[in-house]
Parts: sequence; structure tokens; C-alpha cells
Amino acid sequence: MGSVVQAMELVMRPDVLVAIILASAFGLFVGAIPGLTATMAIALLVPVTFFMDPLPAIGAMIACSAMAIFAGDIPAALLRIPGTPASAAYADEAYAMTKNGQADLSLGSNLLFSAIGGLFGTAVLIVAAPTLAEIALQFSSFEFFWLCLLGLTCGVFIGGNNPIKGLISLFLGLLVACVGLNNPAGVPRFTFGNVDLMGGIDFIPAMIGLFAISEIIRYLISDISAVGTPQEVIGNLFKGWGTMIRKYWRQQLRGNITGTIVGILPGAGADIAAWVSYAISKRFSKTPEKFGKGHLEGIVESTSSNNAALGGAWVPALVFGIPGDSITAIVIGVLFMKNMNPGPTLFLNHPEQIYAVFVIFIIANLLMVPLGWAAIKGSKQILRVPRHILMPCILMFCIVGSFAINNAIFGIVIMLAFGVVGFLMEENDIPVAPAILGIVLGPMVEQAFVTSMIKSDGAALGFFERPIAAGLGVVTIFVWISPFLVPFIKRALRPAAQA
Amino acid sequence: MPGTAWAAWPERPITLYVPWAAGGGTDATARVIGTLLEKKLGQPVNVVNRDGGSGVVGHTAIAQAAPDGYTIGIATVEIAMMHWQGLTKLSFADYTPLALMNLDPAAIQVKADAPYKTIKDLVADIKKNPGKLKASGTGQGGIWHLALAGMLTDLGVDPTASPWVPSKGAAPGLQDLVAGGVAIAACSLPEARSLIDAKRVKSLVIMDTNKSTLFPDVPTLKAETGSDWTMGAWRGIVAPKGLPADITKKLIDALDSIYKDKEYTGFMGKQGYGIRYAGGDDFLKFWQDSDKSMGVVMKKVGLAK
Repeated sequence: MGSVVQAMELVMRPDVLVAIILASAFGLFVGAIPGLTATMAIALLVPVTFFMDPLPAIGAMIACSAMAIFAGDIPAALLRIPGTPASAAYADEAYAMTKNGQADLSLGSNLLFSAIGGLFGTAVLIVAAPTLAEIALQFSSFEFFWLCLLGLTCGVFIGGNNPIKGLISLFLGLLVACVGLNNPAGVPRFTFGNVDLMGGIDFIPAMIGLFAISEIIRYLISDISAVGTPQEVIGNLFKGWGTMIRKYWRQQLRGNITGTIVGILPGAGADIAAWVSYAISKRFSKTPEKFGKGHLEGIVESTSSNNAALGGAWVPALVFGIPGDSITAIVIGVLFMKNMNPGPTLFLNHPEQIYAVFVIFIIANLLMVPLGWAAIKGSKQILRVPRHILMPCILMFCIVGSFAINNAIFGIVIMLAFGVVGFLMEENDIPVAPAILGIVLGPMVEQAFVTSMIKSDGAALGFFERPIAAGLGVVTIFVWISPFLVPFIKRALRPAAQA
Repeated sequence: MPGTAWAAWPERPITLYVPWAAGGGTDATARVIGTLLEKKLGQPVNVVNRDGGSGVVGHTAIAQAAPDGYTIGIATVEIAMMHWQGLTKLSFADYTPLALMNLDPAAIQVKADAPYKTIKDLVADIKKNPGKLKASGTGQGGIWHLALAGMLTDLGVDPTASPWVPSKGAAPGLQDLVAGGVAIAACSLPEARSLIDAKRVKSLVIMDTNKSTLFPDVPTLKAETGSDWTMGAWRGIVAPKGLPADITKKLIDALDSIYKDKEYTGFMGKQGYGIRYAGGDDFLKFWQDSDKSMGVVMKKVGLAK
């Protein structure tokens, strides 16, 4: 209990609270601007966190991501353009409600269920993470090897519709991860004798490039000057909250659970959670014919889901150092910088910091209600900011941020190169998420593999000798061969069905 | 003062390069020295992290800066090791050594419930079963790897009898020790501190002439085995080669008084970091000795090129 009290004291400090509120405002703004994603908001926040103590830095990132995911709903409802990809699943639905004159109802439900979903994800994080950490303390490199491999596998198979494109992206990430000296043998790879490349490709400038610079390039070649201004008058947002909770408690709970699970899986985050939940909602609805015409049911389920995914993604991030989504991929980098190396020992060494993270999650989701209300009321002004002013500002942030990571021009070079790569990838429908997972998990897989092989004196069977490792290994291999097994199973079942 | 152009030094802010990431032990040490240096010299000292390539990137940045006293850096023990591996050509000859400020001796940790009572028990087991007891604590050829290999060599045991499992630093190595993945973790006592306090691991020996103030119960290698082998990770403030003598003297004097400052010793004591001082030529001598013994061990375990 002492740790909980200590955690409250850590969080209830003016610098932490100010950081949370400012980051919330930033998150709401970035999330509400179409094209600017929650991941990008976090990537732009990283250089600012350099100058903060660990807790304000982490608080800022938690609050910023939660607000951005919610705020993505605002332009989705008002303009039919999702503010972040996480709102894409129900943008049509929400816009249809707006056209029916129900903008206040739609946005009000977004606000209410985003907050509840976020709190649900937090509850799962609070319960699951310390328990898992106790188990993870027994994990050696054998278990970590399979865990990382499972993460990479999930990234490819969950991330998109096309596993081949997912694999292309993943291998690109793994190649990038090979560069430098920081491999188990300490041998320079792909460095071409360049001292900067010996240090490897820094992940944060690469992320800024992939997410922000690519968007700037996209803006440059398109000629959208403004996204349009919403005309609607928004009434009382809190109207009907009680009825909604009673009427849709089942959808909401299902959305929360789905979202948290998708969040925990590496490589899949809030956007995929929303799509899955919207599909589930339609599938199990008593009135599926109403979907797409301005029906609240699907919105409730998927808007709960995408915010629940945020808390879920922190579970593997804190316990194993394996990101649950692209946001936590960046968060892990910052945790390392702040000397809070994620992993089971963090729970042992600094329980008060872990509890402080939980407290911040709760505060951020509660703050969402008043701040979100203000953002919806001010949405006309936010959406009116002209692009030709906004984009240069973002570019400036990107350059400063990439330089500040290691105080080197090389960071800017990485950022620009990855901006072009990210742009080309998106233009060819190659998902970016598996590449990020490759960059983050690639070194971990290699490290775990090499150390395991040394420990088992080169015997590959060592990967199956410890019970948990064997279990994880079987699951991973099963996921790999399942696409090939499906046709066989279908064929085997068909004659039986005919008979 | 009219006269030489250097008379007014320092007349603008000084940059202090750290070849490791923000948040680590080297960064913390550099920042406290930077703050105190600012007070002594009356000019801002900006601590700049240049991480990457196991320290190659940052050490290169220090060596390549202009020797005008406005760029200095904190060199770490890796600078005495990397040139043996052929990763860089840089060595003590490329810097102006100013002052050694810190030394953290190597220590040997085993699981708290391991059957070994003393370092002798452990070494006997390594000797009896070559290849069985794996060790970890840093990357391949890292400082703790060499500490263990050098200790075994000095005790007449083949250093490869305890195969090294590379890890990304002491923390993951210690975690693997707790998880049962390896039998031995070599690292400094402050790095093992929280797990020793949590009674998950125990420390058998410290490779230094004196006992640690942090854990005075841990015996020295000399007391346990009679071996003279010592090894530790060190950090010192350096400047690029060719720093003018008057600036060198001013900096060494400032660092000398910082070392005696309560703020410095208090900070280092709180963190559990060991302190050791050697100024100017003494530092050079220490550095050369460290370089030489690294070379011997690295050749022995087949790491030197």
C-alpha cells in the first residue's frame, strides 16, 4: 500500500499535472486535425520530454495519446474525415448522424464511451501487468525469443489485409535494425566505414519521418487548402448519457474487451480495434440494417474499443518491453531514456513508478470529459487552421526533434530518408506498422536468439526445453502454418459435410 | 588581460560531450560535473549526449573537436578497449587527459539461492565443469566480460571455461541470472544494488584493492584468493589532443576542487558510484595501464584483432 500512497504523491505535483493538461490540449488539437495521427503527436512530443523528469514525460505521453484518439472522432462526425485512423471505422456512421441532426448525440457518445473505454483498458492494465510481471521474472532469453517472434508474427497477420505486404514492411524494418554496432557480437554491419552509421539508425527520427514527414509530402503533392468548416450547431453533449449507458451496456462492454485484447497484441492498436469492434457490433446486432444510416450502436462499441486499446497496449510494453502498438513503441524508447527500462524488474525496483503510471492513466481518462467537451465546442476554430501555416510548423517540430535526439545532423538525415520511404510505402498500400515493429523487435529477437544459442551450446532444441518456451514456440509455429492448414482443413471437412 | 589570446578563457559557453545516452550513469556523472564546473569557471557548461556504436560515435566527436577548451568530454573505459577490437583508431594518444573522476570495480554476482558460499567455490566449479556455468552482464567484449575473463586467467583457469552470454547492459544480464538463464552475472555493485537489496542475487567478490562503501560485506579478490587482479569501469574528463597548457592547468585545477566538493562526493555516494581521482599525467598513466591490461585480456579471450 505504501507504494500506492507514494505514487499519488508523485503524480499530484504541479509539474506532472501541468504536463498532463498541456499534453492533453496538444493531443486534442493534433487528433482533431485530419491526417495528423496520435502516433505522430507522440513522436513530436518526444523531444519535449527530454527536458522533463520521467513522470511528467510519461504522463504527457499517456494523456496526449488518449486525447488524440478521442479527438479523431470530432472531424469524423462533423466532416466525415477521421482525425486519426482510429476513427475511420465509424466516420460514415457518425457523419450520417450529424446529417440527421444528431451531432450532439453522436459526439456526446464518443466522449462518454471513449472515457469509459479508456478506464476499462486501464483497469485491465492495473490487474494484468503486475501479475504478468511476476511470471515474466522467470523468463530467460528462450522465452523472450518466442515472445518477440510471436510479436513480429502478429504484426504481419493482424496489421493488414495483405500478409505479403505486411512481410515486405516487416523485413524492411528488420534490415534497418541490422545497421550498426549494437548487435550481440559487437561487429559493425552495413556501416560503410561511417562513424554515424556505427551508432545504428535511431528509432525516433525514423518514426518522425515515417509518420510526420510522409504526411507533409502527401500534403505537398495534393492541393487541399482547407478541409472545410463544419456548419453544425452542437447542442448539449451530456444529453442522454444515462440512457445510452443503460441501452448499450452490452455493446460497450464488448467493445472494451475487444479493444483491450487487440491493444495487448503486438502490432495492432486503436485503429484495428475500432474496425474489429465495428464489425462485431454489426454482426451481433438485432438491427444490422440500421448500420451505416446514422445508428448509434456501432459507434458506441468501436469508440469504446479504440480507447480501451491504449491501456491494453501498455501491458506488453511495461512487462516485456514489447510494444502493443506504434504509440507504445515510442513510449518504450522514452522509458529507456528516462532510466525506467521496461521489463519485469521495473515492477520490482520501482513499484511506485508503475503505480504512478496507473494513476496518470485514470486521471487522463477522467480529464477527457471536460477537456473533450471544450474541444468539441471549439472544433470550428481548430478545423479552420489553414494547412499552409500548420504544415511548416510541423516540419519545424520534426527537424528540431530529430536533431535533439542525439544532437546530430545525422538524425535529420534519417528523418528525411524515412519520410520518403514512408510516403512511398503508403502510396503502395504497404502498412508502416510492421516496419516499426521490425525496427523495435529486430534487435531483441537477434539478442535473444544468439544468447539462447550460446546458453544451449548451439542446440536448437534448447528453445523447447523450458516449459513456457516450448508452449510459446508451439503457438508461434502454429500461427505460421495456419494459413497453409486452412485449405486442408476445409477440404477434409467438405466430404464429411456432403456425406 | 592583454597578452595571449587565451588569457580570457573561458569567455563563452563550454560543451561537454557524453558518449552515452541521457539517463545512464555516465550521463548523471557528467551532468553533476558540468554543473559544478559551471560554478568554478563562470560560464555555462552544456552537456550534450552523443550516443551510439558502443561509445564510438561520442568518443570520436570529442577527439575531432577543436582543442580550444570550449569542447571537452567524459571518456569511459571503452576508449581503452575499442581500438584493440579494431572499431576505432582512437586511444589515449588522441586526447588531453584532464582528470579521472570515477571508478566502479567489477563484482561477481550469483543467484541468492546458489550453492556457492565464496568465490573459491564458484571458481572451483567453473574449473571442474568447463562450459557449464554461463556468465552475462554486458555485451561481447564489454568491460565486465573482460573483468571475469581476466580474473579467471589470473586464478589459472581457462577464461573460456565460463562462456560469455552477451546482454544489453547489466540490468538484462542480472534479470537473466534471476530467471536462471545464466549462472553468473559480472557487473558493478551499484548496478546490482536493487537486486541485492531485494535478496534475489548475492555478491561474492569485488575486484578492487579496497572494499566497497556501498556493500562492505563483499570481500575483495585479494583477501579471498590472494590474486592481485583488479578491474573496474572508469570515467574521466578529457579534451581533444593539443589543448594549450594554461587551459589544461585551469581545467585540472577546477576538476581537482570539484572532486573534493561535498556536492560531488555526496551525489556519487547517493548513487552508489565509486570515486577515484587522478589528475593530468597521473590520469594518463592510469589510462595507459588500463589500456595495456585490457589488451592482454582481450588477446587471451580472442577479442583483439
